[in-house]
Amino acid sequence: MDWLINAGSTGHKFVLMFVAIMLFVVVMGAILLAVDRPKRVPGWVVAAAFLGPTVIGLGFGLVYPGLRTVWGSLLDSKGKDYVGLENYVRVFSEDQFQTVLRNTLMWVILVPLLATLIGLVYAVLVDRTRFEYLAKTLIFLPMAISMVGAGIIWKFVYEFRPDQPGVNQIGILNQLLVWLGLPPQQFLLSEPANTLFLIAVMIWIQTGFAMTVLSAAIKAIPDDIVEAARLDGLHGTKMFRFITVPSIRPALVVVVTTIAMGTLKVFDIVRTMTGGNFGTSVVANEFYVQSFRIRDLGLGAALAVILFVLVIPLVIYNVRQLRIAEEIR
Amino acid sequence: MTAAIPSTALVDSDATAKGRTGRLGRMDQRAGIARARLARPWTSLLAVVLAILWTIPTFGLLLTSFRPRSEIRTSGWWTFLQNPETTLDNYTEVLFGSGTQFSTFFVNSVVITIPAVVIPISLALLAAYAFAWIDFKGRNILFVAVFALQVVPIQVTLIPLLTQYVQWGLSGSFWTIWLSHSIFALPLAIFLLHNFMKDIPKSLVEAARVDGAGHVTIFFRVLLPLLTPAIASFAIFQFLWVWNDLLVALTFAGGSPDVAPLTVRVAELAGTRGAQWHVLSAGAFIAMIVPLVVFLMLQRFFVRGLLAGSVKG
Amino acid sequence: MNSMGRRRSRATAVSAAGVLLLVGACGSNDEGSAEETAAAIDCAQFEQYGDLEGKTVSVYTSIVDPEAEEQRASYKPFEDCTGAEIEYEGSREFEAQLPVRLTAGNPPDIAYIPQPGFLKSLVEDFPDAVTPAGEAVVANANEFYTPEWVEYGTVDGTLYATPLGANVKSFVWYSPSAFEGAGYEVPTTWDELMDLSQQIVDDGAIPWCAGIESGEATGWPATDWVEDVVLRTAGADVYDQWVNHEIPFNDPQIVTALGAVGDILKNPEYVNGGLGGVTSIATSAWNESANGIPDGTCWLHRAANFYQANWDEGLEVAEDGDVYAFYLPGKSASDKPLLGGGEFVTAFSDRPEVQAFHAYLSSPEWANAKASVTGQGWFSANSGLDSSLLQSPIDQLSYELLTDPSYTFRFDGSDQMPGAVGAGTFWTEMTAWVASDKSDQDVLTAIEASWPSS
Repeated sequence: MDWLINAGSTGHKFVLMFVAIMLFVVVMGAILLAVDRPKRVPGWVVAAAFLGPTVIGLGFGLVYPGLRTVWGSLLDSKGKDYVGLENYVRVFSEDQFQTVLRNTLMWVILVPLLATLIGLVYAVLVDRTRFEYLAKTLIFLPMAISMVGAGIIWKFVYEFRPDQPGVNQIGILNQLLVWLGLPPQQFLLSEPANTLFLIAVMIWIQTGFAMTVLSAAIKAIPDDIVEAARLDGLHGTKMFRFITVPSIRPALVVVVTTIAMGTLKVFDIVRTMTGGNFGTSVVANEFYVQSFRIRDLGLGAALAVILFVLVIPLVIYNVRQLRIAEEIR
Repeated sequence: MTAAIPSTALVDSDATAKGRTGRLGRMDQRAGIARARLARPWTSLLAVVLAILWTIPTFGLLLTSFRPRSEIRTSGWWTFLQNPETTLDNYTEVLFGSGTQFSTFFVNSVVITIPAVVIPISLALLAAYAFAWIDFKGRNILFVAVFALQVVPIQVTLIPLLTQYVQWGLSGSFWTIWLSHSIFALPLAIFLLHNFMKDIPKSLVEAARVDGAGHVTIFFRVLLPLLTPAIASFAIFQFLWVWNDLLVALTFAGGSPDVAPLTVRVAELAGTRGAQWHVLSAGAFIAMIVPLVVFLMLQRFFVRGLLAGSVKG
Repeated sequence: MNSMGRRRSRATAVSAAGVLLLVGACGSNDEGSAEETAAAIDCAQFEQYGDLEGKTVSVYTSIVDPEAEEQRASYKPFEDCTGAEIEYEGSREFEAQLPVRLTAGNPPDIAYIPQPGFLKSLVEDFPDAVTPAGEAVVANANEFYTPEWVEYGTVDGTLYATPLGANVKSFVWYSPSAFEGAGYEVPTTWDELMDLSQQIVDDGAIPWCAGIESGEATGWPATDWVEDVVLRTAGADVYDQWVNHEIPFNDPQIVTALGAVGDILKNPEYVNGGLGGVTSIATSAWNESANGIPDGTCWLHRAANFYQANWDEGLEVAEDGDVYAFYLPGKSASDKPLLGGGEFVTAFSDRPEVQAFHAYLSSPEWANAKASVTGQGWFSANSGLDSSLLQSPIDQLSYELLTDPSYTFRFDGSDQMPGAVGAGTFWTEMTAWVASDKSDQDVLTAIEASWPSS
């Protein structure tokens, strides 16, 4: 048993990894074999075999902690006594929270839209060109960097030095301003523009995601459609508007939704770059600060629940899309 | 109009150069369109500008990582050409500055990442198949519930999960990380793969069913080959998230050198009392090499997979 | 190399757990390597801890490399002589992760708690997990630490934690060579300090540089400023009342103190040399902000002794070198309050090897072992510490001030306050004070309002 848990040497670790994957394959294989009888096995048994492990995992790893959080949001700061909706009242009565909510909305609207738009345009521009690989790799690059790493890189981009003899700019953005004859700016300080500068970081990261998925979708557009449109005289922006975009609509919805969900949860960028100061905080960051630094467990949980609630519009929108897709099929 | 003529010539010469004598495939025609499009100056300009904008911050980091500490803080990296002083000290410090060999962290990262990519993708494929092609009661409600779970922040799960792992005697082992990453990845993976899955023409699945194939056979024989590009693209993202994860590894495995991944080492580099550009830049660069290589490999794979035209109906 | 070898031998021991013969063979292996070093270390003083062969103690801290390397090195005598093994884990997420581990029932054996306030809340929240100090630890604490330092590790009359390292925050960094060139004298009273600042302005330069940006902890250097000045304008007694919330956070005396801080930090003529205007304090990285001193763009920077780790290599830190620090003066030359801080060793297990290691960490033997492997940026409040072992002049000076009875020592106030204030509003409000010119009164009132009621 101990051999399966503690691995010290490199070889041992790889063997353990192999064991884990094999274990998974064998268990899943056994389950699937059991249900794959050509003679009618009831539909729900097959569904249970396909979905069982997933449902158990999600129930244990996400649903149960989620419900605990909902309950925790009704408890006091130590997580002991029931206080009703007091935490929510506190959240909504505090002035600073108006800013936090406004910022969160800015993030969740701007990041998905701009990242998707730029990703889409770029995917179309470089589609099937000779330097497609290189071009896509460059845009994808930021995805390979962790959020914290990205925060650090951009802090460096935004770095401020005064316009003073003997002092050089070390942030590229301020150097550009100086070259243009403008005074350098403290980008992270002035509200509300600073939130936009933080949002730029998230867009920078997520565009790679949008571009990759959308590019795959564009390549899947059947050739006959493209050809027919071309024979009809469609080119350039018209082709883009009337053929490309409608053809990849489902992929667009997926990308926007995924990025929006991811954006709601992001706190590392804010945490690394401003620590939530200067009116840049978002709900996810406040949640982290309250739960883990200040250790007001009730308030932290309430903020997490607000995150759950913020996602409801996204869920409804996707359910609608799902319905439409079902009808088409 | 003006651009069209040279571009056709281009396609022709290109096709000959690649030795594809004979018919000019639809593929190449589309490539021709693309080239015509890009031949317009403003569109290519836009593409180039975007590429440059997206690359500059990382490029600055790369240059910075080779500059001596005092230079980094007194002058911008773009002055590098005027003062091309380089050093490998930052990399030496990252690679050899710790009591634990760097390769150990590297191995840990690999051992953590592979199962944490393979397992959730397999599970998600099965689940996505069930949601797309198996009829059962409550299917849509369950699907929406799974989809909505994406929003649960990982942080709220840490304490309940860790408590359970401690009770099982698993804490501090790879198993906790594999299991956690697999669970956290599922909602998004199912959502994305389901989307690809239901785009597959119904006729294909029904033809197989008429032949008497069960769900498992249909899944493996008919759908899986068509989904290669989708799987590849999700695999790259899951790979990145796991590779770049710090929180899950820190919480469930602790920072013990037997299990700690690269990110734990890079986070330590920041120092006890504050960020230090010189080592952070080198550390960040070392950490992103592997994801980039993986992307380059997989990109080739999933782009080609789609071009093969297998999905088209 | 050595740590690799040790880990490998543990891996063998683990996989053969239960097979006594093998464990024995492994042990004798370790003793072989121990003998070489034992020539230098006198193992006799470790006999009190008994034979701890095959036992491990896990240590969890916020101290990461490069300082972590020195920590590990300082445990070597203990490991070599008793045979115990110390499993060290440092993490910058320590403060968030420790409560997670405690809640989940997965505590480390020993943790180094950086704030007494945090210790207090841990004891309250996890009374079963935090283990009161054993006899040997209590004896060491009483013998080698002043009652104040013992008090910081005590909650409701029970000693839980003993000091590990210490630091002194009442320092102003400057360049001795530049001072000499300009003919400036090190000030010995607050008024002289202000005169010097004005003098520098009159000579056409910006005297002070400051930075309080520190990621999610942005603002903490400003809280140190306030605490240092409260000690000077209101005195140590008022400081204690303020820290313990016996007077409101926005007491008029504190308003006065914050005003005095503002006379420097919010005076556009005095700040922020080489970094910008007043608001640039909020966005300048605290650990980079004093670089203007060797660069010649600023003259004075108030920071703790541990700031020395942030100077460029090649700068000589010495009384007659490139950079050094003077004591942030009091109202008069005889008024000498001293602000400082430190970490505290807390045990979460009463296993003999854990208690033995805790006792070792509270002993002068450890303090001296640590001093001899540490280049700079560390000292201890342990009275048994041989200060000649300290390798950096600023650490020697810090130790000197800390043990000099004419200085009145006070522990960092924000570290003793409840987390909602000490790691919350005190940071964010001070940041707003600088960044958006929030008034003294508004800042202090907002912090007072956030003080937890219970």
